[in-house]
Amino acid sequence: MKTELDIPAVAVFLFFFALVTVMGFVASKWRRPKTLASLDEWGLGGRQFGTWITWFLVGGDFYTAYTVIAVPALVYSVGAYGFFALPYTILVYPIVFMVMPRLWQVAKDNGYVTAADVVHGRYGSRMLEAAVAITGVVATMPYIALQLIGMATAVKALGFEGELPLIAAFVVLALYTYSSGLRAPALIAFVKDIMIYIAVIAAVSVIPGKLGGYAAVFDAADQAFKAKGSGSILLQPSQYVAYATLALGSALAAFMYPHTLTGIFASKSATTIRKNAVLLPAYTLMLGLLALLGYMGHAAKLKLASNNDVVPALFQTLFPSWFAGFAFAAIAIGALVPAAVMSIGAANLFTRNFWKAYVNPQVDSAGEAAVAKIASLVVKVGALLVIIYLPTQFALDLQLLGGLWILQTLPALIFGLFTRWFTAPALLTGWVVGLFGGTYLAWTDGLKPLHMLSIGSFQATVYVGLIALVANIVVAMLVNLVVPKPVATAEAAST
Amino acid sequence: MARHFLWLLLIPFVGLLWVPFYNFHDPVLFGFPFFYWYQLAWVPMTAFLTWLAYRTYANED
Repeated sequence: MKTELDIPAVAVFLFFFALVTVMGFVASKWRRPKTLASLDEWGLGGRQFGTWITWFLVGGDFYTAYTVIAVPALVYSVGAYGFFALPYTILVYPIVFMVMPRLWQVAKDNGYVTAADVVHGRYGSRMLEAAVAITGVVATMPYIALQLIGMATAVKALGFEGELPLIAAFVVLALYTYSSGLRAPALIAFVKDIMIYIAVIAAVSVIPGKLGGYAAVFDAADQAFKAKGSGSILLQPSQYVAYATLALGSALAAFMYPHTLTGIFASKSATTIRKNAVLLPAYTLMLGLLALLGYMGHAAKLKLASNNDVVPALFQTLFPSWFAGFAFAAIAIGALVPAAVMSIGAANLFTRNFWKAYVNPQVDSAGEAAVAKIASLVVKVGALLVIIYLPTQFALDLQLLGGLWILQTLPALIFGLFTRWFTAPALLTGWVVGLFGGTYLAWTDGLKPLHMLSIGSFQATVYVGLIALVANIVVAMLVNLVVPKPVATAEAAST
Repeated sequence: MARHFLWLLLIPFVGLLWVPFYNFHDPVLFGFPFFYWYQLAWVPMTAFLTWLAYRTYANED
């Protein structure tokens, strides 16, 4: 990779970065409410986003900069196995369609802002509420840090050295998120998503032509894997269960995160969410094609210091430098949208489920917004410090565990929408077993996402998050059968 | 209400989670091995099935 500053690329990059910065600050006047000093306005954009805004926001928020870098990098290094991101991001939408309109309705009817609000409302348990809130914040922190890694990869490809550009970008992000709330990433998402679509469509239509067509790309990858002696363009039979369980587990976890749920809660109606379950797969198609950039890296015979460089190196090698600058800007801006929404989601949790629950129960709506704004700053500074002072691998390991952890909040958050059978103590016990048991398994396996299960003569490698979820649900059911039910839950009593 | 349309949403899970069903190289389409174009084809198919389910709900907008 080139390391000297590439002037046309830097100029294009700076232009788009300046554009979204202005948009971020102007966003506070977009669809202007009477006041932004309310958590519904700052943290959820007034719960009024229609189909298209939600499409851009959730698309921009779920398909992050890190995805754009890491999925092709994984496909580049291991082949077909890295493609599990595709079934994952297909299957997530039938799940969203079935579950999220109900969750939205509960949140809308009761003025809930976070997942933990919903759980507290349903079960009246401060313990279960705290479990869900803490899991959300802890799982989100490394996710924000990963966005910084994605941004750093793009900034480095432009030829910038050191951490100063990253810090500058993050300070700007922190300031407009502080002043505009969710409106800022929602508005910037329009620019980010359109840029990413342009970059990916250009890549998948132009690059194979330069490399002799898709058949040649797959052949080149096949030969590179054979020469290397690892990876392949088809799965090994021993990878089948791993592939399927990673796809399913990730799909179940995806909309348990505070940032994706924030996009759901900010929607105008249940219809908006259902429509988006039909329309959002357009991004999945883009992701599937983007993943193939990993194979194009082999066809282009790139020499890479790190797998994560495959996407930037392809743009640098095969496109004019102004377009490479455009693509890098798309990736860097692609980090800003999810980082903003993640910090807002975490700030909402802190405000509603810690500050309001324990510090100041009398806090009004304006007070909530003030607390959340500060919390969003703290969250972002924390992620920045993690990236600057701790090894990158630390954030990657935590992110892996974060997926496992957030998946353990699913029974508490979702089951109550469909049945009144489960009780808070049962769900809390299930959460403890799933979270700590799963973490222990992943830890003893050397922080790998897959665990070898042997049942009799049957052996399979299974996604550890899904094993933990099954344990979680089984334990919750057992405890539910043993412990007598209370007479009424908080919500049932109040209605 | 024709809510039995919701059962359609289970089809993509069967089609994508049973991996031995599609882990093949041939037939190749536009240079893509079967493994790749089969999974990519599930994107529009799943969207279509979801749209069929969507139509059974009243529009609240």
